Order: sequence, then structure tokens, then C-alpha cells
Amino acid sequence: MLSLIVFLPLAAAAVLAAVPASAGRRVFVWSWIGITAADFALVVAAWIGYEARAGLAYEENLRWIPSAGVGYHVGLDGLSLPLVAMTALLFLACAVHSLRHTQRIKSFALLFLFLQTVSMGLFTALDLILFFAYFDLSIVGMYFVIAGWGHGNARESALKFFLYTFIGSLALLLGFIGLYLAAEPHTFDLVALARANPLAGRGVFGGLVLLAISIGLAVKTPTVPLHTWLPPAHTDAPAAGSAILAGVLLKMGTYGFVRIAMPLLPGTWRHYAAVVVIIGVVSVLYGALVALAQENFKRMVAYTSVNHMGYIVLAVGAAGILAGSDGQARSLAVTGAVTQMVSHGLLTAALFLLAGVFYDRSRTYDMGAYSGLAAPAPVFAGVTALVAFASFGLPGFSGFIAEFQIFTGSLASATVATALALLGILITAGLFLRVVHRIFLGELRVPDSPGAAREFTDLRASETTAILPLLALAVVIGVLPRFLLDVIEPASTTLIGLVSR
Amino acid sequence: MTMNENPAALIPELALVAGAVLGLLLGSWLPRHRQWLVRIVVATACVVGLAATSIAMRAAPETVFGDSFAVDTATNAARFIVLAATLLTLCLSIDTVDSHHRETEFYALVQLGALGTIMLVGALDLLLLVAAYLLASLPLYALAGFGKDAPGTEAALKYYLMGVLFGVLMLAGTTVLYGTGGATDYATLARTLPDTSRAAVAIGVLAVLAGLLFKIGGVPAHFWVPDVTDGATTPVAAFVTTVPKIGGLAAAYRLVVEALPAVSLDWPLLIAILATASMTLGNLAAFFQENVRRLLAYSTISQVGYVLMAVAVATRSGLALPALLFYLAAYTVTNLGAFAVVAELPDARRLADYRGLARRHPGLAAVLVVCLLGLVGTPPTAVFLGKLVVFTATINGDLAWLAVVAVINTVASLFYYLRWIAPALFTAPDREHDTLVPAGRFAALGAYTAGTASLALGLAGGLVLPLGAGPLLP
Repeated sequence: MLSLIVFLPLAAAAVLAAVPASAGRRVFVWSWIGITAADFALVVAAWIGYEARAGLAYEENLRWIPSAGVGYHVGLDGLSLPLVAMTALLFLACAVHSLRHTQRIKSFALLFLFLQTVSMGLFTALDLILFFAYFDLSIVGMYFVIAGWGHGNARESALKFFLYTFIGSLALLLGFIGLYLAAEPHTFDLVALARANPLAGRGVFGGLVLLAISIGLAVKTPTVPLHTWLPPAHTDAPAAGSAILAGVLLKMGTYGFVRIAMPLLPGTWRHYAAVVVIIGVVSVLYGALVALAQENFKRMVAYTSVNHMGYIVLAVGAAGILAGSDGQARSLAVTGAVTQMVSHGLLTAALFLLAGVFYDRSRTYDMGAYSGLAAPAPVFAGVTALVAFASFGLPGFSGFIAEFQIFTGSLASATVATALALLGILITAGLFLRVVHRIFLGELRVPDSPGAAREFTDLRASETTAILPLLALAVVIGVLPRFLLDVIEPASTTLIGLVSR
Repeated sequence: MTMNENPAALIPELALVAGAVLGLLLGSWLPRHRQWLVRIVVATACVVGLAATSIAMRAAPETVFGDSFAVDTATNAARFIVLAATLLTLCLSIDTVDSHHRETEFYALVQLGALGTIMLVGALDLLLLVAAYLLASLPLYALAGFGKDAPGTEAALKYYLMGVLFGVLMLAGTTVLYGTGGATDYATLARTLPDTSRAAVAIGVLAVLAGLLFKIGGVPAHFWVPDVTDGATTPVAAFVTTVPKIGGLAAAYRLVVEALPAVSLDWPLLIAILATASMTLGNLAAFFQENVRRLLAYSTISQVGYVLMAVAVATRSGLALPALLFYLAAYTVTNLGAFAVVAELPDARRLADYRGLARRHPGLAAVLVVCLLGLVGTPPTAVFLGKLVVFTATINGDLAWLAVVAVINTVASLFYYLRWIAPALFTAPDREHDTLVPAGRFAALGAYTAGTASLALGLAGGLVLPLGAGPLLP
């Protein structure tokens, strides 16, 4: 069942690859939409069948490379299921969004189907090498998306993205090897390693392993100061690519913290939790302030991602500080972190798809060039305003639920840091309001660049169909979060139990 | 000592000899356009060798000819890799040498080079090692100049002069070790060397290793690699940058494990430094290469560095031998795959000539991407698994710094492999100067085979990896 969900896109891509490109774009787009829809339906079915208190479900454990301690071990629990569902939805949205305009649609669809398998695989992997393989392949896939379909300095941005995240992934590999060698018998199996806690009491070695793993995850997350690859990659990627990069790929880093770093290295994590908290707060404030200074819409969204990821890092760090807080508060912080991953995935993907509208109509993201767009494009203005409100955590949207839990959970153990991070919300609120004000209100002004349509047309049906469900789900989570929290909470409690060992 | 002269243990080697001799005889009688019969003979010899090897893999390890040649895990693995690589090289070469007036000679030389490589791996005696070195070198000098053009001649001359220099060094090292240790067989040397002059042992070991470094194209004996790779014909370049490495690296492994374990030299550090130098210099030199063959040449120099890591921890980690053998197998198919793409597109000599490959030949572009990303070590390709086990063995053998160096080098290598991939995938073909004219069917077949093997070996590593885990003799 789980392998079917993961490999359905790849298998379908293999079949599609055999269809000649001359078959016409409709064939490819519609089969792409069909495949992602089917996969999303499967994930929904898996969610309905999931028993939250049961822990790991849909587990499959096969021998793969036994002599190297590597197995094909997959499963779903409260930490991974929400992310898998979010991933499936985002890929569906990207398929719908690509209904018009996308060049060389065959290769694009194949690449996205490949990326979908890789992303879903990562969130279901329960073996470090399996996790690493997906982690690396996601970088490869995204490189091709940016380099092949991006604009501006796409090649350079793609190369920078590849080099940065690849160096991170190799640090991750070194950390994984360290864990493998420390465990007796040697294994890469996550569940076995979590049980064995192989680095307990190995002070320096444990610290080095955690450092290597954290560098790898922090580059991908990204946190300050390892975030510099993010703005160019986002700015030059195609809209669907940015949506996946921000919505799914960034979560691979934060997910790695809750799935690998915390449960596998509990003692070391607790020891260095304060460092993690500080990095989180710096990311929050730095991301918000730099976003405030941006003139380019996409770059601004990219920097708010640094800010939003900072909240997650703050929460997972605070969850490692035992003094001054009870287990319930720490568990709340972790629940908030996972909720934030889902929420940020939905909202940022929506923002990047909306950013694609700017480029599609006028070939520039420069916010100074636009003004008064609410008149010709009211739906676009309304949706963007709503997503912006949701992004800075207005109650009634998913971001509020997530951030509220993060702050409540972290306040006791990391009081000063949490208070500082609250400022981040203020800044992002200000910057989003300013953006909405500048672009949509006032006198109508549209840039006059070569090759651009003179008229600024409103959202097309395909664009609306792709973006609205993301926003709707963010509202559903904001108003009726129980269906999500019921899945996450037991897993957070289990995780906190592991960290407190 | 009883002389074990069981010829049945040497069927793969005998098959290569028989193939070379029969091929030469047959070739001298056949008209030029029917020399493909010789090809059949060569292929048959390789297949017989592969079959015999798979049987020998299940049998108990043994030594032959007065304990001077080991038939054990390493030898069997090397036989398998070398014979498979020879078959693949054969496939790559058909489009180039078909109906050539020296076609038969080409096959005979390739087979003799392969035979020498296998002998290097099995040698348990310094004198046999030197003999194997010569057998693995002389045919390749001739092959390098096979095209009889100016670049080929220069390449052959350079290769030959360097080979002679390092061969003499190796012989000198053998003499010194014989003088200090009183024997040339590894078993005796392992007993006697620890009690003798450290300086003499160091000089002897260094000189013998120098010869092996020349064979594998490792720094500082790497100067011939770019010139030969660029000057020789593509199938020859593929062969000389791949096959001798298998022999040289496995021989170095055997030498340090069986002759030097108790010697008070810090040879693991020495090899670790050589590994660092190879991977770093190879990578740096490859950075801004525009010529694809020179780029591949420097890439092979850097790959040697990764394999040397397994040699450095040979006595310190139980994972070292499977890591070495698996990496060699993975490297062999992946490197041959990249060369096969180059052989299939003989007019594309520079990176820019690969513009638009994905649209003209999507299959070849896919092989190129798989092989180049494979050389970087991206999962799930074979070299990734190779790197995983090599890194694991290195950290396990207390050389964690070397693993970190290797990681940094891996990232650096990404840069130049991507410089090749990017134009192949993301630009439109150049309509005016069409450089992407395919050479024929066989090189393409070789490319597809190697690309598939590189992926399959990575995914099925669970079946292959244990084959390298057997013990070495004695």
C-alpha cells in the first residue's frame, strides 16, 4: 500500500516516457493530473485508515543491502502522514497549475512525477540510507527543474542550489555513517537506532555526529547562516518549481530534525538544544527583516520562508530543553512544529504559484513596478491578500494554530528566545500588509516590458483551481484543526518520550 | 612446499591466453572484412573465463604455482570485473576497429592487457608482481599508439617512457625488499621485514608502490593519464583508464595486507596522503577542462583517490575488502559507460559540442547523466553504494579526516560533471555544426549496457556486496 503510494508516480512516469513527445501536450498534462489525483486519493484513503494511537502504520520492511545494514523499511506515523498528504496535494496543485503555458511539458511532467516519488519516499523512509537516497535525488530533480525551466540566471542559481544542498547532504551522510558504526550490530534502520540510542554517553563523538547531521538538515531547511542558496534558487525557478521547493523540499530539513536528529541522538540533542534555539530565533528575525527590505516579490517570499522555518527550529530546540517545562509543553511545541510544516507548505506554495502570475503577465517580480492591480484582477488581489494574511498567522488560518502551539510550547523553556521570536510575527505582518497595499491598491500601473501582455488579466481557471484548494485547506486547519492534531499529537508525545530518555 | 600446479584453477587466465593466440593465428589467415570471426573468439574466451570464475567463486580459495598466485575472493572478483570490462571494451571498439587492417592485433593486445591485470591481483610474490606489471603495461603502450597518428604516437611514447621509469623503480624496490627481507614472497616478507632496517623497508615499499601508482594513474604518477586519454582512440582510452586500475589497486591492497601488516611504518598514513593528493589534484585539474576526454581523464585520477581510501584502512577495517572490490566494480561500469557515450559521438570532443544531446539522442543523454552523476556518487547508482561502504570503512578504520576530505572533494567534483551535463540537457542542438553524429550501433549498445549495469549494481548491491567479503589468502 505505502510503496504503491510512493512509486505510483514513478511507474506512471516510466509509462509516459514511452509515449512520443509528438502526442500533444494535452495527453501529458491530463495524464499528469490524473496520476497525481489518483495518488492523492490513495493518500486520503491511507489517512482514513490510519489509527492515530497505533504508532507506525503501513510498515514494510524488506532486506535490501543486508551486508551494509541497509533495508527497505517504510512506514507512516503522525509525523510523516501529514507531510505525505501535504506533498500529494501540492504536486496535484502543480500539475493543475501547469495546464497552460509550461514549455516542454513531457519532460516537465516526468520530472515532477519523479520528484513526487522522491518526496513521498523521503517522508515514509525508516532507513537512513533510504532517507539519504531520496534526499539526494530530490536535489538532483530540483536542479533539473530550475536549470531547465527557470528564468534569469537559472543555470547559476541551480548550480548554487545543487552545490550547497549537496555539500549538506554529504555531511548528513557522514553523520549517518557515524550512527551506523556506533550501533551494535551495525545498522541504518531508524527504528532500531532509536531503540538502541547508540551514542548515549559518547560525548564528543555524539556531538560531531549531531553537528554533521544538523549541518545537512540546516542547509536544506534552511536556517541562517546556511540559507544563501535559497533566494536565487527561488527567484529563478519556475512557479511550480518554487512551490515544490518551498512547500516540500524545505520540509525535508525540518522533518529530518524530528525524525532523525531528536529521537536518535536524544542526549546530545538536549545538550545542544540551546544552540538550536538561538539559531531558530536568529533565522526568525533575520528572515523577517531581510524580507522587509526586498523589492522582488519572489525574493521576499523566499526570505519569509527562512523566517517561518525559524519558528520550527525554535520549537524543536525548545523541545530539547528539559529544565523549566513539562512534557506536555514540549510535546505541544513539537506538534506546533509539524503543524507549521504543513501550514507553511500549503501557504508558501500558494504564494509562489501566485508569484508565477506576475511573471506570466509582465515578466518581472519587481513590486515597485506594479500598483492598483485590484481593479483589473480582483480575484488575484483577493486570493493574494488572503494568503498573505494566512502567512503572518492571523487566527482562522493554519499558520495561527501552528505558531500559537509553538510559542505556548516553547515559552516555558526558552522564555527570552520565544519573546524575541514573537517580534518576527509583527515584522512579517507589517511587510505583508505593505506588499498588499503597494501592489493592489492605488493607481493602476503595470510594467511595460518587451513580450508582456499589456492587459493584466485576472486569475485563469487553471490557476484558481490550483491555488484555492491550498488556501481552503489552510482555512480548514485554522478553523477545525482537530483532524490534523489528532494525528500529530500522539507522535509528538512519543517523540518527547524518546528525547527525554 | 608442495608445488600446486592445478591448471584447472587458472581457466580464466588460460582462456585469455588461448583467445589471444588463437585470435592472432585466425586473424592472419582471414581476409580483412571477415575479421569479425576473431571478435567471436575473443568474446568466447571472455565468456568462458566468466563462467569459470563464477564456478571458482563457490570453490575454496587456493594458491597455485608454489604459493605465488592466489585464487581467492580478490582474484575472483577482479577476474569477473576485468573480463566483463573487456567484453564491454570489445563492444565499444567495434565501430572503430571494424575491418581495420590491425583489428586482430587490437583484440590480442586487449586480452593480454587484461591477463596482466588479473595476474597483478593474484600475485603473492614481488617477482610475479613485476612480471604481471610488464604484462599489463606493454600491450597498452602499443594500444595507445594504435591510431598511428601524431597525438596517438606522442601518447604512446609518453606512456611508455613513464612506464619504463616506474617499472625500473618497482624492480629496484623489489631488489631492496629482497635484500632486507631475504625473500620475495609476501608470506616470508611479512615475517622478516619487521625486524630489519626501517629505512630500507620504507624505500623498498615506496618504490614498489610507485609502480602500482603508475598502473592506476594515481598522483604523483598520473602525468600520462590525460595525454593518453586524449591522444589514443576512445576504446583504448576507456580500457587504459579503467582496467589496469583494478589490478593496481587490488595488488596494492594485497601487498599491504599480506607483506606489511606488522611493519612499523605508518603506511596507512602514506596511502591516505596519496589518496588525498589524487582526489584533490584530479578534481582541481578537471575543473575548467573543455575537452571531454581530458575531463574524464582527470576524473579517473580523482576516482583513484577514493579507492585508495579502502587500501589505506586495509588492515584496520573488516569492511575494507568488500568496499574496495565493490567500488572497483561500480567504477568500472560507470566509467566505461561515460566513455561509451564519448565513443558513440566521435565528433563531439568538447563540452560545448554536447549541446542539445537530450533532444537529439535522449537515450544517450540519459546514460550520460546516470554515469556522470554516478561518478559523483548520487544514489541509487553503484558508485554511491561504493562510496558509502568506502567511507564507512574509512571512518571505521580511524581515518575520519580522510572521509571528510573525500566528502569535500565529492562536492567539488560535482561542479565539473555538471558543466558537462548542463549543455547536454538544457540547450538546443547546434544546427550548423552538427557534432552529434553517432558512430554506430555497438558503442550505443555498450553505453546502454553500462548505464543499466551502473544503476542495477547500485540497486542490487545487496546481492553483489557479500561476494567481496571472503577472506584473502593465506
